[in-house]
Amino acid sequence: MTRFLKHFRYVMGENPVTVFAFSLFTVILFMGIFGHWIAPYDPLATNTAMTLKPPSWSHPFGTDHLGRDVFSRVIVATRLDLGIAVSAVALSFLIGSALGCSAGFWGGWPDRIIGRFSDTIMAFPLFVLAMGIVAAMGNSVENIIYATAIINLPFYIRVSRTEASVRRNAGYVNAARLSGCTDGRILATQVFPNILPPMMIQISLNMGWAILNAAGLSFIGLGVRPPDAEWGIMVAEGATYIVSGEWWLALFPGAALMTAVFCFNLLGDGLRDLVDPLRRT
Amino acid sequence: MDKTPFLNVDELSVEFRTRNGIVQALEKVSLHVEKGEVLGVVGESGSGKSVTAYTAIGLLDAAGEASHGTVTFDGMPLTDAREADLRDLRGREISMIFQNPRAALNPIRPVGKQIEDVLLRHVQATRQTARDKAVAMLKKVKIVEPEQRYWSYPFELSGGMCQRVMIAIALACDPRLLIADEPTTGLDVTTQKATMDLIRELTREQNMSVVLITHDLGMAAAYCDRLVVMQKGRVVESAPVNDLFAAPQHPYTKKLIAASPGPNSTLEELTAVPDEMETANMAQPNVAPLPKRPKTAEPEKLLEVIDLVKEFPIKSDNVSLLPWRNNGQEEQAFRAVDGISFSMMRGESLGLVGESGCGKSTTSNIITRLMDPTSGDVIFDHRNITTHSAAKFARLPERMKIQMVFQDPTESLNPRYSARQSIAQPLRHLKGLRNRKEIATKVDALAELVGLPGNLLDRFPHQLSGGQKARVGIARSIAVDPLLLVLDEPTSALDVSVQAVVLQLLDQLKRDLGMSYIFVSHDLNVVRLLCERVIVMNRGKIIETGTADEVLNNPEEAYTKTLVEAIPHFEPRTEIERQVSAL
Repeated sequence: MTRFLKHFRYVMGENPVTVFAFSLFTVILFMGIFGHWIAPYDPLATNTAMTLKPPSWSHPFGTDHLGRDVFSRVIVATRLDLGIAVSAVALSFLIGSALGCSAGFWGGWPDRIIGRFSDTIMAFPLFVLAMGIVAAMGNSVENIIYATAIINLPFYIRVSRTEASVRRNAGYVNAARLSGCTDGRILATQVFPNILPPMMIQISLNMGWAILNAAGLSFIGLGVRPPDAEWGIMVAEGATYIVSGEWWLALFPGAALMTAVFCFNLLGDGLRDLVDPLRRT
Repeated sequence: MDKTPFLNVDELSVEFRTRNGIVQALEKVSLHVEKGEVLGVVGESGSGKSVTAYTAIGLLDAAGEASHGTVTFDGMPLTDAREADLRDLRGREISMIFQNPRAALNPIRPVGKQIEDVLLRHVQATRQTARDKAVAMLKKVKIVEPEQRYWSYPFELSGGMCQRVMIAIALACDPRLLIADEPTTGLDVTTQKATMDLIRELTREQNMSVVLITHDLGMAAAYCDRLVVMQKGRVVESAPVNDLFAAPQHPYTKKLIAASPGPNSTLEELTAVPDEMETANMAQPNVAPLPKRPKTAEPEKLLEVIDLVKEFPIKSDNVSLLPWRNNGQEEQAFRAVDGISFSMMRGESLGLVGESGCGKSTTSNIITRLMDPTSGDVIFDHRNITTHSAAKFARLPERMKIQMVFQDPTESLNPRYSARQSIAQPLRHLKGLRNRKEIATKVDALAELVGLPGNLLDRFPHQLSGGQKARVGIARSIAVDPLLLVLDEPTSALDVSVQAVVLQLLDQLKRDLGMSYIFVSHDLNVVRLLCERVIVMNRGKIIETGTADEVLNNPEEAYTKTLVEAIPHFEPRTEIERQVSAL
């Protein structure tokens, strides 16, 4: 553990962008966990007397058409958006790397079947596919997660397949075979841990996409339903008011969305350095 | 030396900025090359020989910096020359041949075009004449059918051919200085000889100066006029070849010479001890914690290989995409191993020798049951082990009795496992040991047996040196007391002095533990040190077998003869011989 902390400090010291990304990530995480307690107002409480007020000291991000505090709603929405992104990415990472590793490691017919399966998913416009899945399976948060996980699956399959097929005849894999390890064990203990560094990049890029995707689905009215606070819905609700001059309704949730995506995209290199044993000296 | 030498490196120091502060790569290195002279720079990995060359022609990595000293080429200072001037100089005046020819060539451009690029860049040819000149260059480096090969891509050529193309590119503009950085690493001995002979012939023709960087003392002796020995970023000795081998002055040079196996040296003569071991004070393990096997009175057959065949399918060019069109065509197959049979006794060690592609690695992979044969049997310890598929074999008790040491010690260790975890792996899975303490004591005992200091056990592979990694690999393979150990070129990735130590270690382990070895190698000199009997393979077939001395000293087959003769010789030649070869 102390070794890890030391390494963490080193990775941070190496790259100021990583420090920035990790601190931003900490802030987002903090809002996600404690958002409900630090939000100054109840995000669902309407106040007809205070509708469409511009940003002020009491309402830093203004209020919306039902008089709800936009600042509180942006903070509270973090948990939902982050939750959707994390679970979707975790799902597609687990399933995708398991499928991709087996395809790359064994080759032959598993490779062909899994390869064609991921090609099939890739052949659709991904957002339209996600829309279709949510529409068919029912309008709920779980289904948004499943849809996001499915459309991200091919990326994990492809990366892990390539990385695993490079390593399937590596010396240490043969050595493990000589030590009496079965194929399954080799896959789990020798191949998979060694493909983590490139997968980390994929994960962090994908988190950004997953957040965007969830917000996009909500924006067109699928998935999260009002009055729940979610960045995509808030942008959708606010979009109609931009023409009439109430810009703060859409701008602040949009900015939160952008910051989150930006943060995850920057995070990738740092995460890779953290899990790469070669960086640990 | 009446005036300044042709290439003069004067007190050059180079520093690299790294995570752990500044590393001094070169410390006041001085060397010089005269016109028409072949200078050999020898030393082990990390001694700074490549850095010297790269700095001299201004190709130093961005993290490196020449902090002291000057380099002059024909009177012109290079260390503070402008990049544009250097670019003009490189290729036209100074050329370089790199270590890995396949990596140094552009993979998506025909090789002829790549030669043209150099010619056009240095205005040595116009667009009209470039093609003819490129073909002429290909002819000059003895590539057959140069017109056809002009359009070949690097992946269509063998390693030796790629190196010939590299030589053609390097010599296209008639440079006055050629720097060859380990030009034959990864090539077979016969290809190595052909390549080096070609370089010598072409450079002599034009009275070119050559700097040959190599770790192979034998090669340096055969092809250089003068040698510079480097150690840890310093030049420790510089002398003409004959003097250097006849009377080495510096202890490091003596050590290097002592560690290189020649055609007549014995294992006991290779008495080099690398520095890492000296400091760790672990040179000779004197405790043998593993029980010695009682020696059987009469030799017993341990392994018998009967008519072994391995075929790999090859894709032929004219296979139609429509499967039903291919009915008439038989699937083509390439026979990597073509019906070989041999047997070996318990406690014997057998050398398997041949050039790359001769099927020796395939054979060893089948014997260790990492691969299934197409047909044929392997009888090991009275049981036919080819009846089980390679995948099932991992679970059989026989798995313990055949183990293997891999070619590349770096690649054969999981980068995420510490040395201790790597050695413990077979103990856990084959012996079924679960008790942590038991495993730890056993690993400690093994580490001591192979001479690996205990404090290194918790390091990761990238924190260990090549020799230490080789020891981890050996410790792992002997952890389960195998009867047969297959060594697949275990020392080819190691420096000579480390190689000497590893060979001695293997020899001692064999005597102590009574194991049998199959030693796969292309280096006959090394095989002879460890093996009683040698099998020479070519194109999947056994072409000669016999005792090691017999095969090496009186080879019967023509192929074995070329193989033996291609090993660069180590003995200093007499003056008469030199003059003869100079003509």
